[in-house]
Amino acid sequence: MTSPLIIELSLPGRSGAKLPVPDVPVKDVASLLPAGMVREEPPNLPEVSEVDVVRHYTRLSSLNYGVDTGFYPLGSCTMKYNPKINEDMAALPGFTGLHPYQPEHLAQGALALMYRLERYLCEIAGMDRFTLQPAAGAHGELTGMMIIKAYHEHRGETQRTKVIIPDSAHGTNPATATMVGCETVTIPSNERGGVDLDALRRAVGEDTAGLMLTNPNTLGLFDENIIEVCRIVHEAGGLVYCDGANMNAIMGMARPGDMGFDVVHLNLHKTFGTPHGGGGPGSGPVGVKEFLVPYLPRPLVDRIMDPTGEEKYVLNYEGKHSIGRVKSFYGNFGVMVKAYAYIRTLGARGLKEASEIAVLNANYQKEKLKHTYKLPYDRTCMHEFVLSAKNLKETGVRTLDIAKRLLDYGFHPGTIYFPLIVEEAMMIEPTETESKETLDRFIEALEKIAQEAAENPELVTGAPHTTPVKRLDDVTAARKPVLRW
Amino acid sequence: MAGYVPHNEKEKKLMLEAIGIDSIDELFTDIPAEIRLTGDLDLPPAMSEIELVRHMGELSRKNTSTGEKLCFLGAGAYDHYVPSVVKHLVQRSEFYTAYTPYQAEVSQGTLQSIFEFQSMICELTGMDVANASMYDGATAVAEAAIMACRVTGRKRVLVSEAVHPEYRQVLRTYARGLQLMVEEIAAGDGRTSAGELEKTMGQDVGCVIVQNPNFFGIVEDGPSLGEIIHRYKALYIVCADPISLGLLKAPGDYGADIVVGEAQGLGNSLNFGGPYVGFFATRKKYMRKMPGRIVGQTVDREGKRGFVLTIQAREQHIRREKATSNICSNEALCALAATIYLSCLGRQGLRQVAELCLQKARYAYERLTELEGVEPVFTGPFFKEFVIKTKRHPGEVNEYLLQHNIIGGLDLGRFYPRLSGGMLFCVTEARSREDIDYLVDRMGALK
Repeated sequence: MTSPLIIELSLPGRSGAKLPVPDVPVKDVASLLPAGMVREEPPNLPEVSEVDVVRHYTRLSSLNYGVDTGFYPLGSCTMKYNPKINEDMAALPGFTGLHPYQPEHLAQGALALMYRLERYLCEIAGMDRFTLQPAAGAHGELTGMMIIKAYHEHRGETQRTKVIIPDSAHGTNPATATMVGCETVTIPSNERGGVDLDALRRAVGEDTAGLMLTNPNTLGLFDENIIEVCRIVHEAGGLVYCDGANMNAIMGMARPGDMGFDVVHLNLHKTFGTPHGGGGPGSGPVGVKEFLVPYLPRPLVDRIMDPTGEEKYVLNYEGKHSIGRVKSFYGNFGVMVKAYAYIRTLGARGLKEASEIAVLNANYQKEKLKHTYKLPYDRTCMHEFVLSAKNLKETGVRTLDIAKRLLDYGFHPGTIYFPLIVEEAMMIEPTETESKETLDRFIEALEKIAQEAAENPELVTGAPHTTPVKRLDDVTAARKPVLRW
Repeated sequence: MAGYVPHNEKEKKLMLEAIGIDSIDELFTDIPAEIRLTGDLDLPPAMSEIELVRHMGELSRKNTSTGEKLCFLGAGAYDHYVPSVVKHLVQRSEFYTAYTPYQAEVSQGTLQSIFEFQSMICELTGMDVANASMYDGATAVAEAAIMACRVTGRKRVLVSEAVHPEYRQVLRTYARGLQLMVEEIAAGDGRTSAGELEKTMGQDVGCVIVQNPNFFGIVEDGPSLGEIIHRYKALYIVCADPISLGLLKAPGDYGADIVVGEAQGLGNSLNFGGPYVGFFATRKKYMRKMPGRIVGQTVDREGKRGFVLTIQAREQHIRREKATSNICSNEALCALAATIYLSCLGRQGLRQVAELCLQKARYAYERLTELEGVEPVFTGPFFKEFVIKTKRHPGEVNEYLLQHNIIGGLDLGRFYPRLSGGMLFCVTEARSREDIDYLVDRMGALK
């Protein structure tokens, strides 16, 4: 069951466009544009009717699996339910129809929303100010590390170019360090999955720009030594960056700002329930402590009292040491609206409950599954946990096969082969919006697959059997790339 | 609780028993006591759905949307008409509640639509390969410069002053860490100066960035600039408005090596500046140097066509510190909107939209500049935006227009002190002759 490409449905002369006829005097195009700049042949776009378009993309949507389809425990991605009401709120014409350059007094509602969202994020993360400009988590990391670098440079410490990153970190962390012109120093994790303090002590020095740390980390574990970790880095003159991808575990329980982090990014599209859109748009606001506020990208939204005593929200472009702009305009405003609505719906208690249940769900699945698969770090986890399928290796079944077989059971698998420090890793993040019944069915499926691996491994290695396409050939795709029609 | 948690107390208890603990609190003992929060976060109380709808409605009504006014503002965010079909299809939750398509077998919808997006971007730009999208036009420009410098091993980046000011700001932010030197090429008469470019070029220039049509709306002499750039073996980066490419020559046909731009105008709302969607396309030989996700065609075990994320050896999750970029999530859903938009308009429709913009903008320009006291600032050929000057300060003009229900042009003095007094007006296909005549009438009444 595949679908033709939209271009393959083309019929010359067919069109889905319903455009007005020109109501102004029409001039010869050649007289309005420079010679040699007019296109001779129209681009080869599809020629299809509106019905063709609707059926084609409806059909494509049916080949997809989303949170609305079923359980999606993709580790580190926090695929929780995306509340429908938030989609409606973001679609209000008073939000969607705003031009970014229209006068501020015509956008007071939008600016108020941004101002308040920033305050809420400060409260949740324990930071003093946030920039809402970054469009995604990795974009937030880039912004945050630019801030750290600018801080050192401003103090004349230009030799601070090393960024320390644990071996369990997301790939975006080292890639970010490179993009800000820093060098990555990888340190090992200790036997409990946390930062190896001795290794950290050895790594820090006068060349340390900072440490990038995810806490809870990508093993789903809260680093018990976090205060000491931050102290070691600070004493060496470095700053500590928190990759807040896993904030869903600790809302209302602990705050990166209180742990000692100087900079944090949050993923509104993970923690705050905004949908991921099949790969974006996200939003990755970056929060900092007071001493780093001058370095934030501008503009920030400020609230002032105008002479009549009325509250007014303004875009403040002043920032002496600002790293500059990281995105045009003000960030992914439409995503901010959804996150704002989410926070207002849940309130402090609701956010805390979300984290509590996310952690309860993860621990429940971990305890049930640790007898069937290997659990490399057997301790209380946070919102996710990492299993290893190493114990099935002798059957010839690997983690990739298990993931594909899960598709046959109607589930999206967890994140696989990550973090890199766990062999045959399966990282499972159930999130708080899943019921016990769903969790149980997933546990059962994983148990059955282990059994199948022992009894009929071909069933697993040949999976998936029920999806729109069977296992796809990645190798040929990369060796002989076909990237367009 | 107002949240989205399905558990009742009995279930929680069963789960705690299975874990072997008595309370949820015990799951958080790894958090040191001194940083464990004891009270509630200081946030406003939870709202019911009814309260939320009322509250959000109030907030949204404190804004005046372009839907309530006549909008002649552009400058990188465009009020193009979004066909109803686009909104309906991107609202299918199978699309929007999916993650990045890591499990290809259950993500063919996302993957195939990205493949179609890539194909359409290639068709528009005249390039061989395109990626799945960038955050926006500004970051696409910055990433293009980084790639060009990596390809050429050079460190100087020249950018026309007629490139969107915010794009240039973002470029400078990105360039700093990598120690790329960004220099600007003057565009005194509204067009990138070939003479200035020639004078500034050198063998150490990695790339030159030109926007076409440029920030002032003017259509640049793409081929001539390309000739100069290529004489120094630098890469030619063109930042293009995809709507204009229905009518204008594909940048690939006048020498561009990388074509980037902002695709908001293709089916995405204004949204106060985001989410928008950048596109990134280049020649085949640079394919493995590109940033971002790329989808490729392949076959499954039974030989059926399918699509996967590919050439991933460039990316952060594989290459880590050696990756071509740190980008991970992009703007997939906005790219889907663009794909559906282009499918709806098709081969002829896009040309028609482009021509409507061209003709209407020309009509508005001619009528406005016939008015006493309204002067054109530049003389170059333009697409859908143009710059005029009146005797009054742009702020005053816009304030007056607003009283008459019109959102006027951008005050250029904000970004170009030397052009203080200049206003950048935009006319899209969504404005009627009547709208334009009304604008002209009001501008005429402003003495």
